[in-house]
Amino acid sequence: MKNESGPEAYSKMTTLKPKIIVIEDDPPIRRFLRTALDTHGFEVFEAATGKQGVVEANSRKADLIILDLGLPDMNGVDVVKAVRAWSDMPIIVLSARSAEAHKIEALDAGADDYLTKPFGLGELLARLRVALRHAAIPPEQTEAGVFVTGTLHVDLINRRVYNGDQEIHLTPIQYRLLAVLVKHAGKILTHRQILKEVWGPNSIESPHYLRIYMSQLRHKLEADPAQPKYLLTESGVGYWLKV
Amino acid sequence: MAEIERPDPDALLARVAREQAKARRGRLKIFFGMAAGVGKTYAMLLAARERRAENLDVVVGLIETHGREETQALLEGLETLPIKQIDYRDTVLREFDLDAALKRRPSIILVDELAHTNAPGSRHPKRWQDIEELLDAGIDVYTALNVQHLESLSDDVGQIAGIRIWETVPDTVFEEADEVELVDLPPDELLLRLREGKVYLPQQAQEAIRNFFRKGNLIALRELALRQTAHRVDAQMLDYREDNAIREVWQVSERILVCIGPNAIAERLVRAGKRFAVGLRADWIVVYVETPELQRLPAERRDAVLRVLRIAEQLGAETATLSSPNMSEAILKFAGDRNVTKIMMGKPSRRGWRRFVLGSVVDTLIGEAHNINIYLLGSPQKTQDAEEVLPARRRDVLPGLLQRSKTRKKGYYLGYGWAVGVTLISAALARLMHGRFEQSNLAMIFLLGVALIASRFGRGPSILASILGVLVFDFFFVTPFHSLAVSDTQYLVTLSAMLIVAMLISNLTANVRYQAKVAAHRERRASVLYAMSKDLAAAESEAEIVSTAVRHIHAEFGSLNVILFPDANGRMRYPIERGMPESLAGADLSVAQWVFDHNEMAGQGTTTLPGAKAIYFPIDDGSMVLGVLVLEPVNLRRVFLPEQQKLLATFLRLIAQAVTRLRLAEQAKIVQLQVETEGLRNSLLSSISHDLRTPLATIVGSASILAEDDGSLKAEARTELSRAIYDEARRMSNLVGNILDMARLDAGMIKLRKEWYPLEEIIGTVLTRFGNRTDDRQVKVALPPGIPMIYADAVMIEQVLTNLLENALRYTPAGSPLEIAAEMSADGVEISLADRGPGIPAGLENRLFEKFYRLHDETAQSGVGLGLAICRAIVAVHGGSIRAENRAGGGAIFAFTLPLEQQPPSVAHEE
Repeated sequence: MKNESGPEAYSKMTTLKPKIIVIEDDPPIRRFLRTALDTHGFEVFEAATGKQGVVEANSRKADLIILDLGLPDMNGVDVVKAVRAWSDMPIIVLSARSAEAHKIEALDAGADDYLTKPFGLGELLARLRVALRHAAIPPEQTEAGVFVTGTLHVDLINRRVYNGDQEIHLTPIQYRLLAVLVKHAGKILTHRQILKEVWGPNSIESPHYLRIYMSQLRHKLEADPAQPKYLLTESGVGYWLKV
Repeated sequence: MAEIERPDPDALLARVAREQAKARRGRLKIFFGMAAGVGKTYAMLLAARERRAENLDVVVGLIETHGREETQALLEGLETLPIKQIDYRDTVLREFDLDAALKRRPSIILVDELAHTNAPGSRHPKRWQDIEELLDAGIDVYTALNVQHLESLSDDVGQIAGIRIWETVPDTVFEEADEVELVDLPPDELLLRLREGKVYLPQQAQEAIRNFFRKGNLIALRELALRQTAHRVDAQMLDYREDNAIREVWQVSERILVCIGPNAIAERLVRAGKRFAVGLRADWIVVYVETPELQRLPAERRDAVLRVLRIAEQLGAETATLSSPNMSEAILKFAGDRNVTKIMMGKPSRRGWRRFVLGSVVDTLIGEAHNINIYLLGSPQKTQDAEEVLPARRRDVLPGLLQRSKTRKKGYYLGYGWAVGVTLISAALARLMHGRFEQSNLAMIFLLGVALIASRFGRGPSILASILGVLVFDFFFVTPFHSLAVSDTQYLVTLSAMLIVAMLISNLTANVRYQAKVAAHRERRASVLYAMSKDLAAAESEAEIVSTAVRHIHAEFGSLNVILFPDANGRMRYPIERGMPESLAGADLSVAQWVFDHNEMAGQGTTTLPGAKAIYFPIDDGSMVLGVLVLEPVNLRRVFLPEQQKLLATFLRLIAQAVTRLRLAEQAKIVQLQVETEGLRNSLLSSISHDLRTPLATIVGSASILAEDDGSLKAEARTELSRAIYDEARRMSNLVGNILDMARLDAGMIKLRKEWYPLEEIIGTVLTRFGNRTDDRQVKVALPPGIPMIYADAVMIEQVLTNLLENALRYTPAGSPLEIAAEMSADGVEISLADRGPGIPAGLENRLFEKFYRLHDETAQSGVGLGLAICRAIVAVHGGSIRAENRAGGGAIFAFTLPLEQQPPSVAHEE
């Protein structure tokens, strides 16, 4: 699989270099990100604190934020909230390993994706690409209301699901669950977010509902439910639909 | 030179004094006088003013000036604590405010009238108890006391003055006072002051008190006061000589045994014993021997004995209750065991021929105790009936104890009914045999009846049966028949022998019965204690100890009860665990706190907070108080009878031991953990230093070549070096991640986020994570339908599977198949990973899971050897187990079990 496509596809539309704000207090990581992103055609602005980062994001009219959760001046989650108060720009969160709780918090607050340190360049660019594409074309506007990934077709208008040529019959909840994943395809959704959208705000404390229906959905849509190709688990965090 | 700011020396001194006061128990100074009006309060205030002048922190807690001007004048310039006003039945009582005093914490506090009785509802019923608490808090106390209020003298004074003294102070308070200052005034002068109106007399009792203030009385009182003071001086002298190793003074220490019975003289005996003991500077023990007859006394009289024993305790005696059918034997044995030198008792109550025939305890003792002197106390002139002692006096010693209990009268009368019945049956039998058998055999029938009655109903009914039997025998079977007259004198011998034998039988049998009862009682008690200690020994947590103890105490005392432990700050709190049916809700935590802080019991039936509904006992292990037992008595007798008290004390000791055992075990565990952690740290350090340095060497080396490149490096070389740096850094990253995980698991810092997961999802996540690394393998996943969801922390279980899969990929040949399976087992769900690799060398199945264990030490490619150790730790925190074994047909299986703690949730089926 090729990941190093960078902003090429994106720049066809904008012809401008996408602007990325890196909010990170550790200088070596900032340096590494700047070098990597510069060479792949992004314009990078650095901020060492959360406050500075929010100001930069606003004044630079940035396209995307890469945000470290451990900042000296404020909680990374609060930065996400502050940005979300006025913008939908994609936010990718960087966090240390085994801090699921923080990741979930950031995602719940509106972050789009996260990367666990240490990460490689390929991984970073792939996430950037998905996030920028999402921002450019919201998935709801997929042409003719049909979502396609691999052999999976979801007809959002007629509420029909096909795997290859075969129509798959889903229960209303299974369909709603799939529709939510399709709506945010490629983006990690936390358990809480999905539960809220599918079952309503009162069910967010019953994650086993979600797991049982997810399992049912996999049995209907995946060739091998134990090695899913589309409906992927983000361990301890949530689920996402692979595009 | 700049002037250095020096601390005010006075302030410094005051601070030192305050700190010292905190560190020690306060000193008690008593201003002691023969009667009201001698000037105790005045002397006390003068002394206080002197202390004040020495810059000590003196506060007046409560002073009764009774409007005397000279006294009032002395109060000026002294800080006075506000008086507590207590509303009581339409009047307002003015009381000393103990809490305010404890809060204010002066060096010296003045509290008048040591013998005062506090208003109902106060913490302590008596003021001397308030003062004890002040002393315990390290505050010096000045107080005043009249001689008639001394417990041991109150009887004498009462006799001298013809009045009854209600307010008394235990002698121990007086004896343990650090200083006693006698305030003396010749009787004539006191009388003069009285006439001048300088002595305050309460209005209502004018007449009675005027009688009291007669010259004769005053002289006697003055003598008592002087003697008491002299006695103290004497005692101090002896103490001094003892302290200074002047040995000869006391070669033999005396020990006095005071024997009391359920009669009027008991209390006088105790008081006399006290004076005797003080006079001889001897230890003294008060004992009560409960014989079978005494055990049958009405509850009120048994309570009266108990009350006297409590008074004896207050006077400083050791007390004991012995239970034996033979009083003199029990006393002698006890005296022998305790090296008693003198026995004190009341004069024998049996007089004349009864004493001669039936004997008396005193006579037996005199006859048998060879090395012991025996002292007898005469009864007062008019012999009071025991019942007369009971009412009124000093009920407050044990309030509530006089509650009447339901006596079992019914069974009592039943026995007499049977006695009559059995005698009639015997008569009928004898009538049938009459003429065919010898007369003496007929008598045997009656004796048999007596024996039966004695064994079943005890002494009273059997004596009745004996007498009835003799009368009936005489009436029907001795000539002349149908008359009580006896014609032949030889029958007189028969009849009297029959009576004596019958009496002896009833006595012996009744004793045997009593002994059997006692034995049964002891055995039951022993089994109760055994059961409790066994249960406590098995208890593995404080909560278990508490529930065991609460259950047993409830079973034995019938009381709801609860055991409270302090929190980390030493504050008493209710247990978090849900109560049991036997648990007492609504214990007063502030009372419990007091008990915990002072290591003294309180509540109903005690002298502290007797108004409380429950009784509070400290649970201490000898060195510190561990907790408090709160018990709501159904009946005070059931708790305060001496044998019950002993049982309860044993219970408390058992509880304390169990708690201490548990705490020590916990401490040992912590220490062991520390030792293990220390060991781990050492091997970790050596292992890490090696495993971190190796990749670092590559990284530093390669990076330095790249950094110093002047353009001469070939492109391939550059790529190769970069790749090396990247690979080694990855390796280090994994290693550091593992070490951190292990450290967190070891430190118990991992908080499990357990939720319900389909196993399929967890396995799927792991396989997805491995991505194309498993492409060359055939990975089979065998999940039988019906495997329930597992309740676990998915991230951690995924870590286990990941580590196992990592190992399998590393140690088995490329291309060999792998199989992930799950099945239900007895312990829960078993998840396994099987390979077709080389298998595990025999004997290493368990060592594999140890930290830093590596199958092949020399392989440079492997990590620190933490992978499997992490697996084991994770499975362990989930309550499961992990194992490795060789597989039939070659290869290894790694399997772990996760317990199914609860029923997996289900969702309503939609389709």
